[in-house]
Amino acid sequence: MPVVIVDGQEIEIGADERLNCIEAARRAGKEIPHYCWHPGLSVVASCRMCLIETGQRDATTGKVSMVPKLVPGCQTPVKDGTVIVTESKKVKESRARVEEALLIDHPIDCPICDKAGECLLQDYHFEHGQSERRADIQPFTSRKRDVGPTISLFVDRCIMCTRCVRFTREVSGTGELMVTSRGAKEEIDVFPGFPLDNKLAGNVVDLCPVGALGDKDFLYRQRVWFLKREANVCGGCAAGCSIWTEQNQDTVYRLKPRENPHVNTWWICDEGRYGWHHLHDDSRILSAGHRAAAGGASHGHAATAFQPAEWADVVTGLRADLEQAGRLAIAVSPMLTVEEAWMLCGVARSIDADAFLALGYVPVTGDDETFPGGFTIRSEKCPNRKGVEEVLATFGAGGKTWNDLIAHVSAGHADAAWITAGYPQPWIDEAAAAAFAGLPCFVVQDLFDSPLMAHATWRLPAAGFAERTGTWVNFAHHAQSFRQAIRPPAGVWPEGRLYWNMLGRRGLYDPAAVRKQVAESSAAFAALGGEMPPTGVDLRVRQLA
Amino acid sequence: MTPFKPVLLEAVGVPDGHSLASYRARGGYAPLEKLLREKQPTDVVEMVKSSGLRGRGGAGFSTGLKWTFLPKDHPGPIYLCVNADESEPGTFNNRLLMEDDPHQVLEGTIISSFATRATTAYIYLRYEYPHSWNRLQAAIDECYAAGLLGKNVLGSTFSLDIYLHRGAAAYICGEETGLIESLEGKRAWPRIKPPFPAIEGVFHKPTVVNNIETMACVAQISRRGVDWFKSIGVPADPNNPRDPGSYGPKLYCLSGHVEKPGCYEAPLGITLRELVDHFGGGVWKGRKAKAAIPGGISMGLFTEAEFDTPLDFAGPGRVGCLGLGTAAVVVIDETVSIIDFLHNSCRFFAHESCGQCTPCREGTSWSLRMLERIRAGKGRLKDLDLLLELGNTMGMMPGSTICGLADGAAWPIKNAINKFRGEFEDTIKRTNPEGWMVTDPVPALQIVGAH
Repeated sequence: MPVVIVDGQEIEIGADERLNCIEAARRAGKEIPHYCWHPGLSVVASCRMCLIETGQRDATTGKVSMVPKLVPGCQTPVKDGTVIVTESKKVKESRARVEEALLIDHPIDCPICDKAGECLLQDYHFEHGQSERRADIQPFTSRKRDVGPTISLFVDRCIMCTRCVRFTREVSGTGELMVTSRGAKEEIDVFPGFPLDNKLAGNVVDLCPVGALGDKDFLYRQRVWFLKREANVCGGCAAGCSIWTEQNQDTVYRLKPRENPHVNTWWICDEGRYGWHHLHDDSRILSAGHRAAAGGASHGHAATAFQPAEWADVVTGLRADLEQAGRLAIAVSPMLTVEEAWMLCGVARSIDADAFLALGYVPVTGDDETFPGGFTIRSEKCPNRKGVEEVLATFGAGGKTWNDLIAHVSAGHADAAWITAGYPQPWIDEAAAAAFAGLPCFVVQDLFDSPLMAHATWRLPAAGFAERTGTWVNFAHHAQSFRQAIRPPAGVWPEGRLYWNMLGRRGLYDPAAVRKQVAESSAAFAALGGEMPPTGVDLRVRQLA
Repeated sequence: MTPFKPVLLEAVGVPDGHSLASYRARGGYAPLEKLLREKQPTDVVEMVKSSGLRGRGGAGFSTGLKWTFLPKDHPGPIYLCVNADESEPGTFNNRLLMEDDPHQVLEGTIISSFATRATTAYIYLRYEYPHSWNRLQAAIDECYAAGLLGKNVLGSTFSLDIYLHRGAAAYICGEETGLIESLEGKRAWPRIKPPFPAIEGVFHKPTVVNNIETMACVAQISRRGVDWFKSIGVPADPNNPRDPGSYGPKLYCLSGHVEKPGCYEAPLGITLRELVDHFGGGVWKGRKAKAAIPGGISMGLFTEAEFDTPLDFAGPGRVGCLGLGTAAVVVIDETVSIIDFLHNSCRFFAHESCGQCTPCREGTSWSLRMLERIRAGKGRLKDLDLLLELGNTMGMMPGSTICGLADGAAWPIKNAINKFRGEFEDTIKRTNPEGWMVTDPVPALQIVGAH
């Protein structure tokens, strides 16, 4: 195995790994500061913050010969015997000078800058900069202009790392951003009439190491040091991108991509990024309700209003209601977690051993969209179809779809139906909803009001993506477990909690325990049995092994 | 000094010297014909290598050696780029060659393309040379008509197309990888190396970048032979194994405060004093010289006492300059303030820095602002140390930048302050009697808002 020597510490790297000095040093626990380098973008070696000393140890004599000048760590690959020095006087002085140079034209308006608190310029200056300013220059302007509908550019804060420019050229392939002018007058800009409005545009804000690019959705909403983050998974489409949900006091303020080499690498799309606003929408269903069915089998609408129901009463009353009705049909939403879907099927079968189980409605918009950098936005706008299908298969109901369920109910084979939904977008029209009219017991569990509600006898609120704990399986059979980032609004029980209680289980809802049971119940889910790594597991790989 | 008959400039003054007929009458294109008939590309590479020809663009790297860096048996295409983005202040020798003897340049280009197995050559011309553009394009058209370019040059199996590409006027396009980026239609940001252009250059293909004057030298070596070339100039220093010598004639551009500015051809190794006195007719208006730029502004400064330094590839380095550069000598007379000189230099580099690497982008701009401050009578002695520190840490040599522009920006600063520190200190003390001694840190910044 090749050996790299980082500040005197020998570390082994993989035989065919291609690492640069920054990555190799990281393995040894040494962080080489850098601005322009990003693992997902091409190397330009222009910020010069990662300058280090390197050398080569002779394999036979053990003698080290050093390169006389400083070299950029990002551009320098390591091989067996590479010596990296990250903390020499020369290196430290060079870093201090780069920091000093970057601050000459920087407005240093940290108190009003949204990036303050998570700014690399701040962090590196604190760690590597010099305490005294030698440039007797009081520039300062802090110009701001919009480069796109969602993004503002604070021109003078920019340190010209060109990460954003490279992103639009290499990953989104749209190339809106460019560098104009020369020397210290350089600026990032867009061409008139061609704003930065691609579907991945928000990533440039995450890439920006300073406060130059601001996301208008987040700008001035919250100081970053008040935010707490939870590792989550985006529920926007079947890709299941790993995200950080950043919140304060149960209010989400923004979503950020979480690095996951198996799923989304470093990026998320704007649809996912801004796809949290429905969580705090005023029109959400916030309480459980019950009413008598209207007019038996006749198609009259339910005239009476929902009576608010206590959750303890729902647990018992709903079961009794369903048992009394008879033949049961259940739609298991692809928005539910594997654990929730598994418990829901369990609840259904405990009420009616022959309950008709089907996959809930699967929203699809357009076609999959793949960008030149390889990132794909899926057309299937739900996170867990694969997981729910597997759950249904373990209950012997594999292959049953939403249309099957509608046909089943329309044909009069069901006396009671329970539709789980939880879609952030309107998803069903009057015509489709009419199939469920007149059922003596009809349960709808959803985030928002829909035409289905008109026929419902039970109205149950659903939880949003950041309010759940559990596991989702993406389009490629990759399972990721995540924890609740925020508590649901008062009055809302996440689905899992209700099912747990309806199954008569004791104590608090424990998704990890359910996950282990799911893993034991089916070979397809065997991989879920162990500790779940933050980047998730591939269900198929473990099956083969 | 021994009389020297111009070779590279032999067409200057010849009526219609730029035409194909005139060039042929002087013996032009006959060597090419012979070469195509009798020689292999490797023979030509060997010929140029053994002539000791060093690139005339500024760095002085061995031309033949550069050609050997191309991958062997490459399926092609291989490109030759001729660098005619002559933007170094004080330099105009390429312009003379292109305007007065374009066929000499083209013959060299064709021979070099043959040697490097390039079938496409680009001449990257700076925007400010419309006359060169016209003359070169006319000469290229003549060549196509005469079968010297195009498919099967002069009936041989070798084919070549030459494209004249006009840049958009930026100093950085003269840096070879900046030139390549610009030629590809991109912003001229020099590339990180490796890979070097010989491995991956224009359009990701092996590429050689040579200067216009180098091409003219190749033409003359082919015509007059290696021995003729090696008989001119300064032989290699036997005590320095790393010195390959400075052979051949060189075009020296003489400007500034001399009686007769112009482009003069002389053997490499002429001293700056000989150049000024013999060719330039001495310093103008009977004044004394104060300093001179030895080879373009980025090479630094000679003091008057250093004028006897030979202008070969090794000479300027011995007195603390960066090198011979483009051999563009600019003489500065005794009335010029060295602070004004440095201000002008810093202004140029702050304007021309491509802005890619932080140390150069901010350093050139910062040094300009310090010079502005000094000129405004607000200088302090500590500014000089700061300028020197900037000069010493900025550039490819300390490793803080991608290309050599920053070294070129740093050298005038270093040379001017090291060699004329007394004048800097006197001026600062005289113009800022209240504050020249201040060493206090800079006061805290006032914060301005965006809103």
